[in-house]
Amino acid sequence: MSQEMIKLVNVKRSFKDKGILKGVNLSVGKGESFLLIGRSGAGKTVLLKTILGLLRPDSGTVHIEGQEITQLTKSKLEKVRLNFGLVFQNSALFDFLTVWENVSFFLKQHTALTKGQMRRKASETLALVGLKGIEDMYPYELSGGMRKRVAIARAIVYNPKIVIYDEPTTGIDPIAVDKIVSLIKDLHSRLFITSMIVTHDLDTGLEIADRIAFLLGGRIIFEGNREQIKESKDKRLIQFMSGASGGPIKEMEV
Amino acid sequence: MFFLETTEKFFSYLGSILCFIKDTFYWLFTKKRDFRILGREIISVGINSFPLVFLVSLFIGIIIAFQTAYQLQQFQSEIHLASLVALSMVRELGPVITALIVAARSGASITAGIGSMKINEQVDALEAFGVEPIDYLVVPKFLAMTLCLPILVIYADLLGILGGYLVGMSKFSMSFGLYMRMTIDALGPIDLVSGMVKSLFFGSVIAFICCFEGFKPFSSIEVSSSVTKAIVRSFVMVIVIDCILTAFFYFI
Repeated sequence: MSQEMIKLVNVKRSFKDKGILKGVNLSVGKGESFLLIGRSGAGKTVLLKTILGLLRPDSGTVHIEGQEITQLTKSKLEKVRLNFGLVFQNSALFDFLTVWENVSFFLKQHTALTKGQMRRKASETLALVGLKGIEDMYPYELSGGMRKRVAIARAIVYNPKIVIYDEPTTGIDPIAVDKIVSLIKDLHSRLFITSMIVTHDLDTGLEIADRIAFLLGGRIIFEGNREQIKESKDKRLIQFMSGASGGPIKEMEV
Repeated sequence: MFFLETTEKFFSYLGSILCFIKDTFYWLFTKKRDFRILGREIISVGINSFPLVFLVSLFIGIIIAFQTAYQLQQFQSEIHLASLVALSMVRELGPVITALIVAARSGASITAGIGSMKINEQVDALEAFGVEPIDYLVVPKFLAMTLCLPILVIYADLLGILGGYLVGMSKFSMSFGLYMRMTIDALGPIDLVSGMVKSLFFGSVIAFICCFEGFKPFSSIEVSSSVTKAIVRSFVMVIVIDCILTAFFYFI
């Protein structure tokens, strides 16, 4: 591993006395494509939001590019966040803006580009994710798969160092899933960025990632590469991979 | 125990809304405004409220005129109709009725709008793209509300007076000139100022409460309860503040 982009040390966080993260240790190297898997409700989204500084951990530290962000003020956090491009679980496109305004939202807020330049940049990025001629439509006029692509375009338009995908393949049909997966792989190799994919869908995840971490019950119980996860003897992992309902992971454990 | 819990809840609510107000003012003065967004808010809060305010204030004017005329009849002094309608409209009913209309109409849409953005993760998305939600969502709505409400109140006052004139003309065959002269004679500067001060307070209180409640929900069912809370609290606060300010302007 060359350089650590994201590092979490013993991060804990609870909601209303319910422990969601119970001491998570994690590190993601530069240029890596990292997969975080776990059951629905295992705390994946909470972990993501903690990495982004949208949630503060109760204890433990989060380092981004070597800088600790847990104690930063809001305005400094805002600067750190500019390293990230985030693709939200349900796309989270702004309903009141058109597709191209959505994609160029970041540029409008943080750069001095003219409207024409922003629109051109938005169209280029949309073409990169395989979309054309929808610049003036509104998000509610698009299908789920298209919305995901627009969300990806919005996350990569300003060349962030790290792109995080929160459940990129949930709620879209298998063909669209395949397209999104190849898109993520393609973008990763073309843009030289660090990607972090958070999902409960192991098959698609394994296709994309170099390294995998498995989150269960608020802790990382496995961290390793594709071969290691297939050879792992951990019964919980085997159960998750085969998708069996009987086994060491019980309903109550989530 | 119940009393203690309620008191604690009340103060924690008060604390968090005061922090929210502080943040709003902080962002109001630190960032450059996008006037296109502000314009959009002014249209949705202010301009689109004109028809409803028109309808309600005109009828309120007619109702007060009839009610006043009924009481004045007993003293055979219907001639004072114009001044009484003008005073009740400008000092009291104009600001309050307009504030209640705007709270119910635009306040509800603010809470529901921010609430649905919140549950769709759009508020998180704003933060993730380095934009402060209070700056982007709340400040323009706050500005629009405090700018538009006084204008709407003046408009409502005029329509109420017009409603009064309709009654004066048809029932007591007063001429327009006489009615207007009596109206203007009755109104002093303090009456106009009190109405404007009230509307400024009402506008900002409605904006703060409705925006604040909008950031609360975590699920769609909570959006509906947030809207209810926002409107109920806005109504209560409008009446409470009105009571305090009316007393204040009575004594000075």
